[in-house]
Amino acid sequence: MDLGPYLVLATLEGAVTAAVLALTAVGLSLVFGVMRVVNIAHGEFFMLGAVIAWAIAQAVAGYPAVGFALALVAAPLIVGALAVAADMTILKRLEYDPERTIVATIGLLYIIQQLTLMGYGPDARPVTPPFNTRLAIPWFEKGADGWALIWPWGLGTTSYKLAVIGAAVVILCAVWALMARTRIGLVMRATQADREMALAFGIPVERVYALVFGLGAGLAALAAVLIVPIQQAHYLMGADPLLLSFIVVIIGGLGSLPGTVVAAVLIGLSDGIISVFFSPTLAKILATLLVGLVLVFRPQGLFGGRGA
Amino acid sequence: MLRLDRVSAGYGRAQVLRHLSLEVAPGEILCLMGRNGAGKTTCMQAIMGLLPLMSGRIWLDQTELSALPAHRVPRAGVGYIPQGRRLFAELTVAQNLEIGLMARDSGPEVREEVLDLFPRLRERYHQRAQTLSGGEQQMLATARALCLRPRALLLDEPAEGLQPSMIAAIREVIVRMRDDGVAVLLVEQRVDSVLEVADRVAFIENGQGGAVMPAEALRANHAIIDRYVGV
Repeated sequence: MDLGPYLVLATLEGAVTAAVLALTAVGLSLVFGVMRVVNIAHGEFFMLGAVIAWAIAQAVAGYPAVGFALALVAAPLIVGALAVAADMTILKRLEYDPERTIVATIGLLYIIQQLTLMGYGPDARPVTPPFNTRLAIPWFEKGADGWALIWPWGLGTTSYKLAVIGAAVVILCAVWALMARTRIGLVMRATQADREMALAFGIPVERVYALVFGLGAGLAALAAVLIVPIQQAHYLMGADPLLLSFIVVIIGGLGSLPGTVVAAVLIGLSDGIISVFFSPTLAKILATLLVGLVLVFRPQGLFGGRGA
Repeated sequence: MLRLDRVSAGYGRAQVLRHLSLEVAPGEILCLMGRNGAGKTTCMQAIMGLLPLMSGRIWLDQTELSALPAHRVPRAGVGYIPQGRRLFAELTVAQNLEIGLMARDSGPEVREEVLDLFPRLRERYHQRAQTLSGGEQQMLATARALCLRPRALLLDEPAEGLQPSMIAAIREVIVRMRDDGVAVLLVEQRVDSVLEVADRVAFIENGQGGAVMPAEALRANHAIIDRYVGV
């Protein structure tokens, strides 16, 4: 097999990474944009989504599709509700002070992680995908009698992976519609623009904050439910999405949702391609280097407007 | 009637207002005058509930504003036009007005009324607030506050940095609100423009209330103004 099919394969894998990353990072970006809170516990909300998905799938064992569908709805709601509770009991009491919330969410990270270890254990556990047909991908090759369609061995993907990409696109469009087309989105953007003026025009900012924190965590959980049939649930699985989400949010521009999505696609695809052709470590090195360069030469991010 | 009763407030431990008392009657423009740092803006923020009071109370008619959380103060009927306008810059004119309308569930007829007051905003309806000229932004800030159908209107230096025609347009609207029975509290630095619109003038010095007198008296005797705001 020559370079072309490899590239297709790597791009597809990268697209799955990008899809899940975009959802997770948009959640982080939303929380930072509206609340100015750097949520270090974001990766743990992701992990909780995966673990809850496993628990739900376990509870309705025998019907993988039913269990998965249930998890897709319930896990983000449960995680979102937990995040709302964390917001009201912890962040609100710190008056959303930028520094103290960082320390608080670090604490939250360890609490969630260790409670999961105590309850769920240290094992990585799989969730059965609702459907998983293998799809072969054709390729063109110049043979003796001109161009011909061939089916290279090993070049293929699964219907589930394509569904993950599709689902992520649909969810991102829904988030966009929520922000741009609805009243609650308008209220969130007004709060993001000027918290004091939002208060002065009757917006219950604390309730908006609780909602945004829940929404951000819910998006991370949703991303995790989508990826868990491919990756397995584990109590330490939150670290990588957290790091990558921060990379994406910084490159895309803090608080800018379109920037976050573009950066997620960029980082996800390059991660997939570089991992296949070179090594996953090199992919992380390059992504981190890119963050450094962005911070030096364009600190507001590629799509960021005003300074954060 | 908007009434401040011995209000003390400040930022953190730095006290700015010291036992400030004020009354603004419906259908009256009360102008708050004082030097920079005297506490004029702080007074407005305290009314809006954006600063915790150290002591004292603030009433609008029978409602105690100082007992409400900040986001309930506008719902009681207080419209705020802050210094520097502070529009929701990335939102459009329409969306900025929408926020104002939502605050007290005003109907679409209020939007039409406000747009009739500022026809220029109708032309710019789908433009982002940050792309408007300074005068248009001030119109939008005023319109946004009027969307609440306020019983009390707070204006913090609405004429700052505007050309005379814009100042005149905004003054006209303020006077119209007064004639409709709104209690108007106006902070303004420039003496001549105060004397043109104000019914009464309240002086504030080091966060403490000074003399309150009819604008008539000041028009006759400029010396009093010089004592409070002169350099």
